Amino acid sequence: MTASLGNRRRERIDALAARAGALPEGDGGVSLVKSAFRRLRRNPVAIIGAVIVVVFLLVALFAPWLAPKDPYAQSLLSEVRQGSIPGPRPGYPLGVDQLGRDLLSRLIYGSRQSLVIGVVATVLGSFFGLLLGVLAGAFGGWVDTVIMRFVDILLSVPGLLMAISISVLLGQNQVSLMIAIAVTQVPVFARLLRGSMLVQRDRDYAVAAQALGVRRRRIVLSHVLPNSLSPVIVQATLSLATAIIEAAALSFLGLGNPDISRPEWGAMLASAQSVLSVRPQLAIYPALCIIVVALGFTLLGEALREALDPKFRR
Amino acid sequence: MSRAVSSAVRGAAAPGQPPVLEVDDLAVTFTRRGEASTRAVDGVSFAVAPGETIGLVGESGCGKSVTSLAIMGLLPKRGVEVSGSVRFDGEELLGASDKSLRKLRGADMGMVFQDPLSSLNPTVTIGTQVTEVLYEHRHMAKKDAVAEAADLLDRVGIPDPVRRLGEYPHQLSGGMRQRALIAMALACSPRLLIADEPTTALDVTIQAQILELLRELVQGSGTALIMITHDLGVVAGLCDRVHVMYAGKIIETADRHDLFARPRQPYTGGLLGSVPRLDAGRGTPLTPIRGSARDAIPWAEGCAFAPRCDHAQDDCLTEVSGSTIPLEYDGPGRELRCRHPLQYPPAATGATAVGAPR
Amino acid sequence: MLRFIVRRVLQLIPILLGLSILLFAWLRSLPGGPAVAALGERATPAKIAAYNKAFGLDQPLWTQYLRFLSRAVRLDFGTSQTTGRAVTDEFLTRFPGTVELTIFAMAFAIGVGIPLGYLAARKHGTWIDSASVIGSLLGVTIPVFFLAYLLRLLFAVQLGWLPGSGRQDVRMEATHITNFYVLDGLLTREWDASWDAVLHLVLPGIALGTIPLAIIVRITRASVLDVVNEDYVRTAQAKGLATNTVRRRHILRNALLPVSTTIGLQAGLLLSGAVLTETVFAFGGVGSALRTAISNRDYALLQGFILILAIMYVLVNLLVDISYGLLDPRVRVK
Repeated sequence: MTASLGNRRRERIDALAARAGALPEGDGGVSLVKSAFRRLRRNPVAIIGAVIVVVFLLVALFAPWLAPKDPYAQSLLSEVRQGSIPGPRPGYPLGVDQLGRDLLSRLIYGSRQSLVIGVVATVLGSFFGLLLGVLAGAFGGWVDTVIMRFVDILLSVPGLLMAISISVLLGQNQVSLMIAIAVTQVPVFARLLRGSMLVQRDRDYAVAAQALGVRRRRIVLSHVLPNSLSPVIVQATLSLATAIIEAAALSFLGLGNPDISRPEWGAMLASAQSVLSVRPQLAIYPALCIIVVALGFTLLGEALREALDPKFRR
Repeated sequence: MSRAVSSAVRGAAAPGQPPVLEVDDLAVTFTRRGEASTRAVDGVSFAVAPGETIGLVGESGCGKSVTSLAIMGLLPKRGVEVSGSVRFDGEELLGASDKSLRKLRGADMGMVFQDPLSSLNPTVTIGTQVTEVLYEHRHMAKKDAVAEAADLLDRVGIPDPVRRLGEYPHQLSGGMRQRALIAMALACSPRLLIADEPTTALDVTIQAQILELLRELVQGSGTALIMITHDLGVVAGLCDRVHVMYAGKIIETADRHDLFARPRQPYTGGLLGSVPRLDAGRGTPLTPIRGSARDAIPWAEGCAFAPRCDHAQDDCLTEVSGSTIPLEYDGPGRELRCRHPLQYPPAATGATAVGAPR
Repeated sequence: MLRFIVRRVLQLIPILLGLSILLFAWLRSLPGGPAVAALGERATPAKIAAYNKAFGLDQPLWTQYLRFLSRAVRLDFGTSQTTGRAVTDEFLTRFPGTVELTIFAMAFAIGVGIPLGYLAARKHGTWIDSASVIGSLLGVTIPVFFLAYLLRLLFAVQLGWLPGSGRQDVRMEATHITNFYVLDGLLTREWDASWDAVLHLVLPGIALGTIPLAIIVRITRASVLDVVNEDYVRTAQAKGLATNTVRRRHILRNALLPVSTTIGLQAGLLLSGAVLTETVFAFGGVGSALRTAISNRDYALLQGFILILAIMYVLVNLLVDISYGLLDPRVRVK
């Protein structure tokens, strides 16, 4: 048999092999972010969460254009009676509250408050928490011990109680609320990043870099830190959900801005308690808003956790 | 056809006695949600005679572990399809009730797995993990069970067995853990023991000890042993008969000495040839099999090994030859699935040279 | 084992000290200072000055701290501005109620949560599994106080099936010895008083226990799913052990480890939730007192209660840590 015949035969077999053994739909060689994105797109839970979050952001952003009425205007006050509060009618799709203000408009504007509180509190909390975590994780030794002891002390006061203490301390306003919630989130992020960094530090690639003489600061900043970030992203999303709920709880307890006329979901819930038997919708709608938004962020966070988990990459 | 062949092969160990295990055209297909199904085991048939030690050899992914799990009935229920027949002492195992399988497992069929640390419950003492088998199948009283457990640990070569009974798996070394697992598998003197890569996770020196232990125990008690491994060294020291698997099918069966002396399947030849030899001169290049297990074509289209085979010809492909490649008789005690096997000129006596290509 | 316990206890001390410093600093940082805390926000500057002098508040900070510490160790947290009683007394009166509520909530969460989580894991991929996942997600995101209100509205106000406020029907005139109303009824053989107290625990208990329930279901399910795939479960099956044995000794014993850590962490959630739930149900426990203290700016009570609760929380976590060591022999080595 001639060489060319042998080669042709070999090519044919190789072609068959290439077709059969073609790389399966998977993540061979694709970056973590891209493969995570791909997995998220296929996950129905992630899509629901993402949709909720996007709608929430849009509503908060475009509130003045979306809301039919001024949330402070007590336009239908004249129709509010003892034991009866007007329900849905033309111009007021969800009816009004006990002071005659359009419920829908108040709900729409309320999204702004929730967004601001949630984002500011989480950003503050995560920033300081991550700072502490990086310091503890990068330096180790006594720095680590001191920081972690401090975090333990912060954690020894249960969440809401801590938030109450700080809120009481800083006065009756929204800023103190945000700081209070932020403080409860600091320990979570500190522990998380430190733990993640410790795991990465022991990984072979970090040890190898050290063996190659790469300076410690570079190892931490360019290698260990970026790889520790995925659980942080997940936690940030979940913490946003918690922040929104905690803000509502604190308003319910009478902390934060005492002005109950402002359209904020937690405050609306609190003031609705007095007329619960007359028109429970005044409590149900704000509560639903809180639940749905918190759920959206939670679903997204959980889906992100699964998508970013390297164990799931095939 | 396979049964006729099997009876020729079966005659090896104990003539006249019915086989302990008969596997007939076993096929296992895995289906994951949203993906194509994979045939991990694609029509495997073999038999094990009482007291015989056979080896299932192959690369990772060739289906040997899945075969053993299918025999024991330990495959997950969902996403898995098993067909064919597995008979233990004549009793059909596939499709048998959970209850009857449980009665057989541990008592008549034992299995030892690859990683001794993860195969042991970390929160339960070694003693309890041994005695629970004794309670379940031999219904022993507590005092008897404890004494028997200590005896078992002693027999597998664990020093100070009584103390070990109260210890936890993380307190033992890797070798001792594997010995303990072997003790648990043999506690009820099963007729069949399946060992799935029992030494792969252990140090080389411990490997030799464990293999030696297995050999002693099996010979002493007349237990049949199926040894699953990718390591030819293990096979050489232990097995009577060897089945070589590739991509879910058996491609060669031979008696141990025959296989090493005159491998017929180019794959087997390649495996043997790729082992570095101590007596080779310095600088002798290593000869691995080119490509990897991923470069296989489906059996329906021809010989799965063809892309990597130096002896492959056109008729190794189905589209040329018109039929798939069957497992055929290749001499006394041998079976072969190959159209262009390695040849050995009859003049060579006792030579271990790999045959020359045609 | 003993060394393990001692080590854990010793690690507590810096935390407790840190906690005391934190709360001391908190009180000192309040607008107006502890004088305002004691005298109320309307106190005149003269009165404040006199108070400061009398209580040595013009002395160096660390002296004040030491005095605070010495009083705290003797469980003297000052006087409540609202009720005029000692903070400690106030706490002792109200604490049993919260304990009963927390126990009920936890029992509910564990008793329903673990079997449900196990079931969901075993029925992985079926609707039971999906339903439990969705359910537990909802359970975590519903604000406790809203749930409490819903339950109260539905079952107490509208349907009247269960009592919706207080710890016991006042008309019962039950005798109280320990202030644990359920226990008291049993001790004095006033069975109906005991039962009545239990009924009063149901709605707030379910409201309070819903979040822990959701978390326990989720973690049990995830844990069982993990364990079921472990090699040692396969070994147990290869040994032909009875399903019950495999489930009990091999699956559950390992699956429940992470669950038990969670239960310890729930203590914090329960304390937070108790404040909200007790407020809604006018329950008369520690939580309601805190709520009132917030609106009244009763700082002495706030500080005292929070400190005591934090110490308890730390102790509970210690117990959980120790029990984890009992359950998982690998932990003791560390």
